[in-house]
Amino acid sequence: MTTHIQSEKVRNRMKRRVALNKGLSGVFLLATMFGVFVLAVLFYQILTEGMPYINLDFLTGKLSTMPERAGIMGAILGTLWLMAVVIPVTIVLGVGTAIYNELYAKEGKLQNIIQTNISNLSGVPSIVYGILGMTIFASLLKLGSVVLAGGLTMSLLVLPIVIVSSQEALRAVPSYLSEASIGLGATKWQTIKNIILPAALPGILTGAILALSRAIGETAPLVVLGIPALLLPFPGGLFDRFTVLPMQIYYWTLDASLVAEYQFLASATIIVLLAMLFILNGTAIVIRNKFQRRY
Amino acid sequence: MKFVTDIKNTRQEEKQQTTKVYETKDLNLWYGNTHALKNVNFPIYEQEVTAIIGPSGCGKSTFLKTLNRMVELVPSVHTSGTIEYRGENILAPDFMVEDLRTKVGMVFQKPNPFPKSIYDNIAYGPRIHGIKDRKILDEIVETSLRGAAIWNEVKDRLKENAYGMSGGQQQRLCIARALAIEPDVILMDEPTSALDPKSTLKVEELIQELKKDFSIVIVTHNMQQAARISDRTAFMLNGELIEYDYTDDIFQHPKDERTEDYITGRFG
Repeated sequence: MTTHIQSEKVRNRMKRRVALNKGLSGVFLLATMFGVFVLAVLFYQILTEGMPYINLDFLTGKLSTMPERAGIMGAILGTLWLMAVVIPVTIVLGVGTAIYNELYAKEGKLQNIIQTNISNLSGVPSIVYGILGMTIFASLLKLGSVVLAGGLTMSLLVLPIVIVSSQEALRAVPSYLSEASIGLGATKWQTIKNIILPAALPGILTGAILALSRAIGETAPLVVLGIPALLLPFPGGLFDRFTVLPMQIYYWTLDASLVAEYQFLASATIIVLLAMLFILNGTAIVIRNKFQRRY
Repeated sequence: MKFVTDIKNTRQEEKQQTTKVYETKDLNLWYGNTHALKNVNFPIYEQEVTAIIGPSGCGKSTFLKTLNRMVELVPSVHTSGTIEYRGENILAPDFMVEDLRTKVGMVFQKPNPFPKSIYDNIAYGPRIHGIKDRKILDEIVETSLRGAAIWNEVKDRLKENAYGMSGGQQQRLCIARALAIEPDVILMDEPTSALDPKSTLKVEELIQELKKDFSIVIVTHNMQQAARISDRTAFMLNGELIEYDYTDDIFQHPKDERTEDYITGRFG
């Protein structure tokens, strides 16, 4: 019998294989460290620049051209109002679309086209959504640059993310669970409501978290919509004009050449934006973990 | 010889006395272009255990799933012929399937409890049919669990998640869940194939108990099981119903050569 695996050759190659393995693990570690390092530097810079400016007056005050008197309450409220529109709209429309596509729609060419388009929509640049929102909500429906127009525009932007991730979550629910429910005489909707949605909820919420993080930091569509940076009154409803934290950061960074302190105000605002992001995401994660069930 | 004909005669009389639950006439079923059931004529009798045996892919599970129209969960299915359940054609276009499925319970191959408590698993069926009264639900849960011979094992942990039970217990829970909708017929699709021998025996004993109150149709890979628990046995092959008779006759004097080959282990 001839042996195909000759131990001497294997041993000679073995050293190279082991070395390659070790070397590559180092390369991958470096790749990871690069991102972490840059992020850490960024964090350090923002924290050192911005922290001294964060105080109660800054958080609760109105905007001002004078750095020492400027506050960001308006932008905080604007961001919260925007979320108040985006969260319900995307969850209702996004999960609804996902339920239809995944559980009700019959397979076919039309369904394939719809499906491909939804996936592609998440790749469309955000500024295009801004133009869409300006055309439809601000101009055609004559809403103007108000909370509702901004919120609906932002909802359009993040809807594909919510739809795609919700569909994946619904698909991951094992079919034997829905069969058990259908077999007991439940209608499709009863099965969806009682069995499929609760099991898919953690996955749906993960998608919603991603979408929310995107919406809270997005600036371009709002620039197109004509959201002002310098706005004195606080927004109090869906039809009020508003500004948001990222817009504030954008304009302050832009004008940093005029007033040097604007840069520090921008840093301070970034800290507030990040804190809000953490709080919103944290809430979503807590809800997700509460509903996390094994099956 | 005379003795045998006597038995045959009494059986003939019996046959006329038992009511048919299902009457299947010229049933054909296709998955897309695949002809999965071919001209099946298959009566099912009240308060009996009817076993369906046959090699994998013979259409036995497909036939079982047409009896409560679960087969339609596969999108490309179409059928011809009729299946009458208590005199009503369940394949008629305007027939309401949800109604049928409350009278025909189903137990699946793999135990499939919901990721809910034992109590909520049993109460699921009654709840979707609109029963909200806690007292009535409590009563249904107890009766169903007793009916599935699992009450004593779980009565102290009704609030616990059903996933903490063993596989055999889960399957009896699934039987109890089917009992909770107070069905007329129970369909079982290889209910013991995922269970160990001890749990299998328990489920088989349970089936013997249940047939006093329900008509049971069971698909099984296990010929000994069919011989042990069923009153009648049907042998299917390539989508056709080859032979259907009293279980004793099928196993002792099969009329068709293919049936004999299968039960003697020559193929399958």
